[in-house]
Amino acid sequence: MIITFLMSAIAIGTVLLFGCIGETITEKAGHLNLGIPGIMCTGTVGGCLFVSLYMNGLENPESASWLLLILSSLFGAFLFASLTAAIYAVITITFRCNQNITGLAITIFGNGLTQFLMHSYVDKSNFSTAGKIIAKSLPFAENAGGVVKVLFGHGFYVYFAILIALIATFIFNRTKVGLNLRAIGENTATADAMGVNITLYKYVAILVGGGIAGFGGVFYIMDYVKGSWENAATIEAFGWLAIALVIFTLWKPNISIIGSYLFGALYIAAFVFGNISFSGREILKMLPYVITIIVLIVTSMMNKKENQPPQNLGLNYFREER
Amino acid sequence: MEKTVILQLKNITKRFGSKVIANNNVSLDVYKGEILSILGENGCGKTTLMNMIAGIYYPDSGKILINGEEVIIRSPRDAFEHKIGMIHQHFKLIDIFTAAQNVALGIENEKYNLKEVNNRIKEMAEKYGFNINLDKKIYEMSVSEKQTVEILKVLYRGADILILDEPTAVLTPQEIRSLFKVLKAMRDDGKSIIIITHKLNEVMEISDRVTVLRKGERIATVNTTETSEKELTEMMVGEKIDLNINRTEPVDTKLRLSVSGLTVKNSDGYKVVDNVSFEAFGGEILGIAGIAGSGQKELLEAIAGLNNYDSGTLIYYHPKKDKPVSFYHKTYKRVMELANENAFKDSNGNDIKFDKLTKKEIKNLVNEEKILFKEDEVIDLKNKTPREIRELGIRLSFVPEDRLGMGLVGSMSIIDNMMLRSYRKGKSLFLDRKTPSDLADRIISELEVNTPDSHTAVRKLSGGNVQKVLVGREIAAAPAILMTAYPVRGLDINSSYTIYNLLNEQKQKGVSVIFVGEDLDVLMALSDRILVLSGGKISGIVDARTTTKDEIGLLMVKSDKNEVTE
Amino acid sequence: MKKNKSNLKEPFVRIVKRDNIKLPKIILIYSIAIVGGLLLSGFISVLFSEKGIGDFFESLFTGALGSERKFWLLLQDTALLLGTSMALLPAFKMKFWNLGGNGQILVGCLSAIACMFYLGGKVSDSVIILLMLIASVAAGAVWAGIPAIFKAKFNTNESLFTLMMNYIAQGLVSLCITIWVKSGSGVLAPIAYGNVPEIGNKYLLPIILFVLITVLMHIYLRSAKHGYEISVVGESINTAKYVGIKVDKVIIRTMLLSGAIAGLVGFILAGSINHTVSTASANNMGFTGIMATWLASFNPLLIMLTSFFITFISKGMVEVRKTFMFTNDSISNIVVGIVYFAVIICSFFINYKLVFRKKEKEEIKK
Repeated sequence: MIITFLMSAIAIGTVLLFGCIGETITEKAGHLNLGIPGIMCTGTVGGCLFVSLYMNGLENPESASWLLLILSSLFGAFLFASLTAAIYAVITITFRCNQNITGLAITIFGNGLTQFLMHSYVDKSNFSTAGKIIAKSLPFAENAGGVVKVLFGHGFYVYFAILIALIATFIFNRTKVGLNLRAIGENTATADAMGVNITLYKYVAILVGGGIAGFGGVFYIMDYVKGSWENAATIEAFGWLAIALVIFTLWKPNISIIGSYLFGALYIAAFVFGNISFSGREILKMLPYVITIIVLIVTSMMNKKENQPPQNLGLNYFREER
Repeated sequence: MEKTVILQLKNITKRFGSKVIANNNVSLDVYKGEILSILGENGCGKTTLMNMIAGIYYPDSGKILINGEEVIIRSPRDAFEHKIGMIHQHFKLIDIFTAAQNVALGIENEKYNLKEVNNRIKEMAEKYGFNINLDKKIYEMSVSEKQTVEILKVLYRGADILILDEPTAVLTPQEIRSLFKVLKAMRDDGKSIIIITHKLNEVMEISDRVTVLRKGERIATVNTTETSEKELTEMMVGEKIDLNINRTEPVDTKLRLSVSGLTVKNSDGYKVVDNVSFEAFGGEILGIAGIAGSGQKELLEAIAGLNNYDSGTLIYYHPKKDKPVSFYHKTYKRVMELANENAFKDSNGNDIKFDKLTKKEIKNLVNEEKILFKEDEVIDLKNKTPREIRELGIRLSFVPEDRLGMGLVGSMSIIDNMMLRSYRKGKSLFLDRKTPSDLADRIISELEVNTPDSHTAVRKLSGGNVQKVLVGREIAAAPAILMTAYPVRGLDINSSYTIYNLLNEQKQKGVSVIFVGEDLDVLMALSDRILVLSGGKISGIVDARTTTKDEIGLLMVKSDKNEVTE
Repeated sequence: MKKNKSNLKEPFVRIVKRDNIKLPKIILIYSIAIVGGLLLSGFISVLFSEKGIGDFFESLFTGALGSERKFWLLLQDTALLLGTSMALLPAFKMKFWNLGGNGQILVGCLSAIACMFYLGGKVSDSVIILLMLIASVAAGAVWAGIPAIFKAKFNTNESLFTLMMNYIAQGLVSLCITIWVKSGSGVLAPIAYGNVPEIGNKYLLPIILFVLITVLMHIYLRSAKHGYEISVVGESINTAKYVGIKVDKVIIRTMLLSGAIAGLVGFILAGSINHTVSTASANNMGFTGIMATWLASFNPLLIMLTSFFITFISKGMVEVRKTFMFTNDSISNIVVGIVYFAVIICSFFINYKLVFRKKEKEEIKK
């Protein structure tokens, strides 16, 4: 049972990890995107739509190629999610409207659109077949047990998330692009004065961040629950948890790998351990949020500069207002 | 040695709005390998002129030539391309980045390699004698280290012309010394350095040539070796202008405020007000002169109770002599304490035997206003908040420098701004808008505030009208002490005179007026005494009627020279 | 020099801050946005069905106003949203971004239900109702007060804090339901005790109550000393300190009030409307309330209008869904989202204006 627990924790953690990295990238550019839950939803429907298009084009669904399934789900998720993020980007960057309000509207819209399309317009008939293929792990780990299974027994997406987290860490800390991006989130006016193209960076960060968050939902549907669809609210809830995770991991994608698995474990513990009481489960489910609040308080009390939210988070930038 | 001209300004003019001319027809040459000082009083257009070279502003007319070729500089980026870099007074740095990261920020067409950046900076640092830890985060740095990073940023981008805006304003003498060493090393390396300053001793020490600006115009450019501090001061402040301010002799002056040994440190732990002692009297105007940032703001804020000071005392003399004590601002206990200090007399001037009276009798006597103060009441203001000060019944008015950021709320109407200080009055849960509304109307008509009506948001008024509203409110509180910081900054002549007259009226009413100003002519025409601050310390208190501009000018830039030069 | 010349051209369109905008223009901008947003939503609905755009608007109106009952429900839900907005308003005026309305309503609701559940049948209904009221208001105040204390003392980011509090509130509701409902169905059946009596009809009480609160809030913010302090703190902390306002105290006091009103909304939901609680009891009003408040530029009287409008759209969309035979209710979220986008963008056109480059030819003439 401990194996199942760890496997599930990592899987749920992966859903959160995608959302968390996406939101972190967005926040590094100084934008608090409360639309991430909605964007994760539309990413889900995008990925599912492309998977269904691919599957329905095949004569024999069983013969679907693993690579093409992965690619079509990734492409669809990224496309839909970043398009949704683009709405947010236009409204907050170009039109300089309130980020919180816009984000909330994106979430409402994204949830609705996803529910609408998934319910009536995405052919889910071949999803269980597709799900099985997408969730395939390396052959040697498939029937292995113990540590090997926990470490290597997951589908492609789990490792892809880790890869993205590491790449994001690398970009933030080791590249010029990361340096410029962080500077924008910290002090937009200074970055502007130093010749960084503020608008371009913000757009790219929000679109890419949104796109990455979109992978989370499609992974959940296609890999974790093997193609069954409940409703958009499930995905949205993951999105809010992902936003909490950003605070918990202090805006650091490498920490967020561990952080997301921890959150995943807390989330899933309630379902896996059947022997604890119902009320125990509910308490467990609350824990991630309580922990996040504690982290938020502790970091604000310690007042260590590196652990604070980006200083210009939530503020729109208008050069002539200096 | 033949000098080559690297930068030329030709007939540069810059206006702000239709009235203010910041620079009028200024021409200037800068040579390769020299240090040029731009000298002038506050508001003479030094920074504006330099901002046009650095790409912050764009000139209305005139030309900028680099190496004899006309150039157009529209952004800091353009300036960098022409190898010009400016170090602003307010640093533009990312707090959580290291020095090296800040230097590397925004640089294009170069691979990001902090090691490489580090090496290049180290090279530069060695060449010019900088001392800096490149891995230190900006927020851990002192002001002078931050300044070093700013200079490195500019050098790293290959600047040949460096402009420094008041680089020594926030540095200690030791830090100034090492900065100057660096600047000289850079000059000897063939860089051109322009320093904006108003410290004469520094001008004499560091620069090869000096350009003096006054009221937006260039007065002269001279070689440092061929001039003297006295000559420069004369050029800087100009002839004394008779301003025609009707100054009366102070009558019946009474001690109102006594400050002794006041020291205030800023958040960096740097002393911004250093052991300041002085007295202010009712019925006189005490002018405070000094270069911007010499501690004027912090001194006034400390008196007003806005920031806690580190040491020193502030004693306020409450004008209560021969006036009855009341329970309005005092408790019974406090009255009895004062009685024990023998502070009271009866209406015939005799002592009152408190020990023979019952509590009720004493209360009755107080309520009947039969117990009078013998002398002005002495109140220690040590670390009292503005609210506590007001609750003690002390009428201390303060017109802060930052009018819309501190003195007024921009988005609120004139009426609502009127009651900022007084809204708490009375027991009612609700605001009394009638009194402030009347006050607003009165101020609008008496001070000729140009506004559609009293419901207009203050933000929408022009600078002069905003100031009238603020000063009007502070005066309406019938202050015993009125502190004003740069009350005529940005105002046209007529509005300025309105303010001067108001201050004079207050003085005649026996108010102790403290006036922080920047225009020496005004300070000398308006004040009775002038206190001069330099680097947070009092460098002198002079009689405004007999002093000269040169004397004040020299006091303003006075510092312990020995500390600066080796 | 030549290189520079091409750079000298003004950009095609520049954004300039506006100083002043006249009311008719504001109304015009909003009207265009609302009509535009609805038309766009209509076309999208038409695209996915066989009905016409006329049907869309017809159903929208009949859905919201079609029958007497629908009309009353519309008013009742408007009142609830109005109440929530009144809870959020003082916080927003103070620039305290309270995203925790949902949680504050929910704990208010939960506390009231707890009173009904534990005391029902043991003491008289009037006592229960009184206790419910106290418990709800107190719970809401506590839920908003905790983030406020940390904001005041340590400047802890309030938007993230209040957001997290929402989920803890939801967790508490789930927890209580698992304790109370032994069957494990997770649904708490309506409780017959402690139901707030009807006045007139069953919709009238919340309507009267929250309109009254709106009027009171309007007076509080405009004419009370507290309201004045809130505005000063919201506009400039520096000015607040200059005049001696205790900023910490104002933040905490205002948030206690904000939470208390949210708790009151919870009380009405529990005692007067649902008589039960679920994690969705707040009906996401904590967020829609933000929309209503923000769209009305923090003006309490305008909020009556915006909350009516928002409720109107969501009620109307229920009917549209039926007419257009959409099998799920998500179409209304899409439409609401689109209308929000349209209205949010209005703030740009109110604060800024676009200056287009003059025609090339004119430039040459010069």
